[in-house]
Amino acid sequence: MTAVAVTGAELTELAALADRIAGWARDGEQLEAYVSRGQHTSVKVFGGAVESFSSAQSEGVGIRVIADHRQGFAYAASLDPSVVEETVAEARDNAQFGEVDEFLGLVEPDGVPAVELDLYRPSLAAFPTERKVELALELERATRAADPRIKGVESADYGDSRNESAVATSNGIRTSSRRTVCSIWAAAMADDGAGGAGGAGAVQTGSGYSVARTPEDLDVEKASREAAWRATRLLGAAKPASQRLTVVLEPKVTSSLLGIVSGILSGMAAIKGRSLFAGRLGETVAVPSFTFVDDPTEPLAYGASPYDAEGLASRRNVLIENGVLKGFLHNAYTGRRSGLGRSTANAVRGGYRSGPGVGARAVTLVPGDRDQEQLMADIGDGLLVQSVTGLHSGVNAVTGDFSVGVQGLMIRNGALAEPVREATIASTLPRMLGDIVAIGSDREWLPGGAAGVTLAIGDVTLSGA
Amino acid sequence: MLDQDVLERALAAALRAGGDFAEVFVEDRRSQSARLDDGRIEELTSGRDRGAGIRVVRGETTGFAHTSDLTEAGLAAAAEAAGTAARGGGGGVKEVALTHRRPPAPLDAEILPQDVPKARKVELLKRGEDAARSVDGAVKQVAVNYGEGRRQFLVANSDGLMASHDQVRTRYGVSVMAATGEVRQTGYETAGGTVGFEIYDQVQVEDVARVAARRAVDLLTARPAPSGQLPVVLRKGAGGVLFHEACGHGLESDLVGRDASVFRNRVGEKVASPLVNLVDDGTYLREWGTYEVDDEGHPAQRNVLIQDGELTDYIWDFLRARQEGRESSGNGRRQSYQHLPMVRMTNTYVLAGVEDPEEIIRQTPYGVYCVQLGGGQVDTATGDFVFGMTEAYLIEDGVVTTPLRSANLIGNGPDVLRAIDALGNDFDTWAGTCGKDGQGVPVSSGQPTLRVAAMTVGGTA
Repeated sequence: MTAVAVTGAELTELAALADRIAGWARDGEQLEAYVSRGQHTSVKVFGGAVESFSSAQSEGVGIRVIADHRQGFAYAASLDPSVVEETVAEARDNAQFGEVDEFLGLVEPDGVPAVELDLYRPSLAAFPTERKVELALELERATRAADPRIKGVESADYGDSRNESAVATSNGIRTSSRRTVCSIWAAAMADDGAGGAGGAGAVQTGSGYSVARTPEDLDVEKASREAAWRATRLLGAAKPASQRLTVVLEPKVTSSLLGIVSGILSGMAAIKGRSLFAGRLGETVAVPSFTFVDDPTEPLAYGASPYDAEGLASRRNVLIENGVLKGFLHNAYTGRRSGLGRSTANAVRGGYRSGPGVGARAVTLVPGDRDQEQLMADIGDGLLVQSVTGLHSGVNAVTGDFSVGVQGLMIRNGALAEPVREATIASTLPRMLGDIVAIGSDREWLPGGAAGVTLAIGDVTLSGA
Repeated sequence: MLDQDVLERALAAALRAGGDFAEVFVEDRRSQSARLDDGRIEELTSGRDRGAGIRVVRGETTGFAHTSDLTEAGLAAAAEAAGTAARGGGGGVKEVALTHRRPPAPLDAEILPQDVPKARKVELLKRGEDAARSVDGAVKQVAVNYGEGRRQFLVANSDGLMASHDQVRTRYGVSVMAATGEVRQTGYETAGGTVGFEIYDQVQVEDVARVAARRAVDLLTARPAPSGQLPVVLRKGAGGVLFHEACGHGLESDLVGRDASVFRNRVGEKVASPLVNLVDDGTYLREWGTYEVDDEGHPAQRNVLIQDGELTDYIWDFLRARQEGRESSGNGRRQSYQHLPMVRMTNTYVLAGVEDPEEIIRQTPYGVYCVQLGGGQVDTATGDFVFGMTEAYLIEDGVVTTPLRSANLIGNGPDVLRAIDALGNDFDTWAGTCGKDGQGVPVSSGQPTLRVAAMTVGGTA
């Protein structure tokens, strides 16, 4: 990891704006200004031609005002000076209606220095538009050609963004950072013409992607091969028999599950009694091989960031160690209210439209020492889960209920067997953490806030016929 | 919002580098929300989004750019960027005259939320909280949300069309967590519509809160949902999500056009039980997915999609319809000026049948009765879809018995539509946000009480 000073004329402009706004705080009032600007490009191709090409700049400001321990928030999708002034006035007005809460207040700078992270590649700005289009077209061609059973490419997309943001508060916080990210994504449709099993058509779909900080590092071969292979290996999929078994989650699926686990570790959920782990610090919540860490200073993590949303330096937090709950994720407010007395630098926000909440940015499990093939051989019989659906409708992190649609392949005698579809797997989140059979060695730094790894979980109910 | 001649010049600038079609969409959205949680009004939030999105179409390619700079120079820059993005070349100058101006769609709201003092909105939250907590001592946590938005837009295109719309939406939701011992359950309920603050004279927020609390408390005795294929009876309203996922998305003409729908080439065929009549209708008064003109300037209309089980039509946006030589069906929608429009649903309803809903349950020896659904997801290319039950019960010998813990149901669109074997004479709707390609738009779904002969229930028992 190289240390690169984060400078640039545009960056300084945003930081200067945030600094000016923070200076408008009145006596007895705390003010936080978050400003951001981003350039986004999106190319979608279909049938060998560009279907759409979008290129835009967006910018915005989010203002938080705390006065007399009451908080108000306002945002605007513009950095126009008069709009910014109006937004501050609106936030101030809104603060009158929040109820008094002694724990409200901006974060105090804690003197922890930020790790310098090289998340911005100037080469993205210099990368010609025509070559972005060519990448998407190449991706579509490669996906179509990857297997004779690929009958179509539902989507082949290229996307990139350059984002810069700055936070300044009346409490002395002054931070700014920027990053670039680009990706290609393909969804393939496979059909072997064999006719539908289970009443459906014969079509199966699969997706593949590649993510990098600069387009030169995107891997068309990987994305197209994955999309094709994921679609074709499900051909002939049928509804399985209902049964209890061990599931082996592919890294991308595990990543989604770990994202849900980090929600249970939210200090906000804990202080409001909504977390399944509330009151359980020091207790065993998972198997001994389960060590779960959030580390946004890891440069390989997609969600890496030098600062949290309130402007504290990001740091590594061990949340669950050898199955024992070590701590929750906190921002300034939840850290105070929980009695911990400090933020863990886990303030997160979804852009300028909302104030800081609590969350993890870059979680990972400490990997095991068996790869996916070895893991399957170890368990003998089960279900390899390639993808899940209905996470937002079938998982309740407050009650722990977990029920999702699955696509995948049965595992028989340690090897992949027949593909399955139109089925669900269900258990409860606490049980799943205690029923983990093995953690794979194949950690992948995936898009999103959680790294993935193959994960085997026992005693899961598969519902089909 | 912008003068006609400014729009005409921006459209001409967009087409300067070549193109068949250009459109300028200008939007001004003001929103406000308030949240009460854990006994306290946490925060009032206000937001302002204002800008223009310009698209240029040349053949099969669309170029798009957006800007928050609504000066003539700002629009010209965005128009040029969009024109370049469409990769047009040597098209020459095109002049645009906005001759087809629709009268502005009137604002359908009696009391503008922006005219209501913030204190009154905050008071709604407290009323909900008190009502929820008074339902039962097992109620432990209550979160109440209020939201309002006013969206004004103006759209002009190179065919000469200009239309505008001014809409307000308001939404109120209560989410309750109840607990006894180690057992926790959640329940929620919402109310709202494409309507002004007057809705809070028609709907009592206490009733909304009590339903949410009752839901959470009653579920405390829930047992794990069964696992496997069972008949499923969906109570009127909430089950609309079933159709939204089972076929709604599959009837969007853009997905049909890229061969990513199981309903492709099936117009005229039986795709559902003959009991089923499905419409997508953006003209229903005050429903969550309602509007007068879509985000491309075309009027909302009643679109019959399935008649007596036979597929009659897809839903269309302007460009897709034009390719087929037909009119738009008024389904061109976009999340904001920062997004490209695409085909989206509005209010997607299965029309009521003739049976007595109670009789449908009585005629079900063993199955699941769903009262509220929590959303779903579909792969339109395969037709497989899921949706979640957030309030459901077992049916045993034709009687509704034990509450069930939440679980997803899974099925395949065409199969499930054909397996509908009873349709009640009642009806209700459900409001939600539909997500597609990273864009969320407000929609509603509706249906009468109905039964699906078999679906897979994803429980653990």
